[in-house]
Amino acid sequence: MKGTAKMSEPAGAEAAQTATAAPSTKVRASGVNVHYGDKQALFDVSLDVHENRVTALIGPSGCGKSTFLRCVNRMNDTIPICRVDGLIEIDGQDIYAPEIDVVQLRARIGMVFQKPNPFPKSIYENIAYGPRIHGMARGKADLDEVVESSLRRAGLWEEVKDRLAEPGTGLSGGQQQRLCIARAIAVNPDVILMDEPCSALDPIATARIEELMDELRRNYTIVIVTHSMQQAARVSQRTAFFHLGYLVESGATEMIFTNPEDERTQDYITGRFG
Amino acid sequence: MVTDHIVKSFDEELARLSDLISRMGGLAETQLEDSIEALQRRDSSLAEGAIEIDRVIDAHHAEVDELAIRLLALRQPMAADLRHIVTALKVAPIVERIGDYSKNVAKRTIALNQVPPVKPLFTIPRMGRLVREMIKDVLDAFSNADVGMAGDVWARDKEVDDMYDSLFRELLTYMMEDARNITACTHLLFVARNIERIGDLATNVAELVHYQVEGEPLSEDRPKADEASITVVEPQ
Repeated sequence: MKGTAKMSEPAGAEAAQTATAAPSTKVRASGVNVHYGDKQALFDVSLDVHENRVTALIGPSGCGKSTFLRCVNRMNDTIPICRVDGLIEIDGQDIYAPEIDVVQLRARIGMVFQKPNPFPKSIYENIAYGPRIHGMARGKADLDEVVESSLRRAGLWEEVKDRLAEPGTGLSGGQQQRLCIARAIAVNPDVILMDEPCSALDPIATARIEELMDELRRNYTIVIVTHSMQQAARVSQRTAFFHLGYLVESGATEMIFTNPEDERTQDYITGRFG
Repeated sequence: MVTDHIVKSFDEELARLSDLISRMGGLAETQLEDSIEALQRRDSSLAEGAIEIDRVIDAHHAEVDELAIRLLALRQPMAADLRHIVTALKVAPIVERIGDYSKNVAKRTIALNQVPPVKPLFTIPRMGRLVREMIKDVLDAFSNADVGMAGDVWARDKEVDDMYDSLFRELLTYMMEDARNITACTHLLFVARNIERIGDLATNVAELVHYQVEGEPLSEDRPKADEASITVVEPQ
């Protein structure tokens, strides 16, 4: 019966079906435990991050969501007392495998932080730096193209195209954050991690970044840590709720915010405990 | 039981919302009770009093709308809170329609008091009592988020439908026996129909309570016993 129905559908409908077919897993965490010295910060966390989707990590302060985020691009390696156990895979490949070049990994998995942190360089150099040191550009023309396309994709090109030589730090907060996103995109990542990217921004700048996330996810996989449940509800397709180092619940954003399974999730999102 | 919100004023506003719905329900019950008693006792002034109650129900309905929209805008409610507020927004106009049906019964009572009475009909007050209890129970279920109670009300409507069907036939035969009965019987048909519709509305509220508590709509079709719309009675 299903077969016959499909034959009579027009091509467009079938294409639409594929677009909404179950997405593949880009990042998979299995049984991840993290310790800072003697203190355990994450307990047996397993989570699938879907490709070309925005996954939001929510939870009260100190719940481990930022710690988890930093595992994905091995930023926790830079913290001496931090120990990560368990398996984290990108496209089925263990990111802690000995043959992995962690510098390459961090180009493939970009990060945007809460406080915008452009380099103390020109706007142009902020974007060009990454591709240049990774050997991704063959000359000035190539670099010019990467800079322009990254700034365009971050929605910043029109505002800065006539002042690329000016310092990145001279831009407004919202512009700086978009500059940081452009910088991350310039090295052609698969995944973009965002740690409370809009906390320091006004509502308009925030809305522009949220719109940007919606456009970006067509080409990238995005994971965002946010304190704002309304933001998680607005921007993500999947949401994961962390509490005291445990992943309590994860699922489709719509379900988490209309009918969560776990009472702790419900209590948090309805403001029944901090 | 669920814990309170950290921001107490949110709990106070939610309590006010529930309170308004409860009051509307209480008034609708009173209105129905008075209308049917007015019918039985042929008391037009009691009927007029019942009609007046409608205005208060409408005023409460407007308050529910205003408060619910305010809560949605200012509190960004999620999950169970969101479902509760949306359910209140849907339940209020249903209770208001229940009030409208009761008002209609009262109006027809005033008309009936101007024509000679037909045989005493015990079915109508019995239907009225059943339906009044359904209103009370389903609104209690809403206040207490009691999905079991809601399901119980949902099932009780069958009895109301059965009573309506037999009353329909009874009234048709009276009209066929004697054409002088037609005016009174026609009004009584509408009265019975209004009460039956109130029963249906109570089951609609029950379905909404199910959604509010479970987060999913009730998937079964309610067993409908109303055959009056296809009933034919042949003259002897």
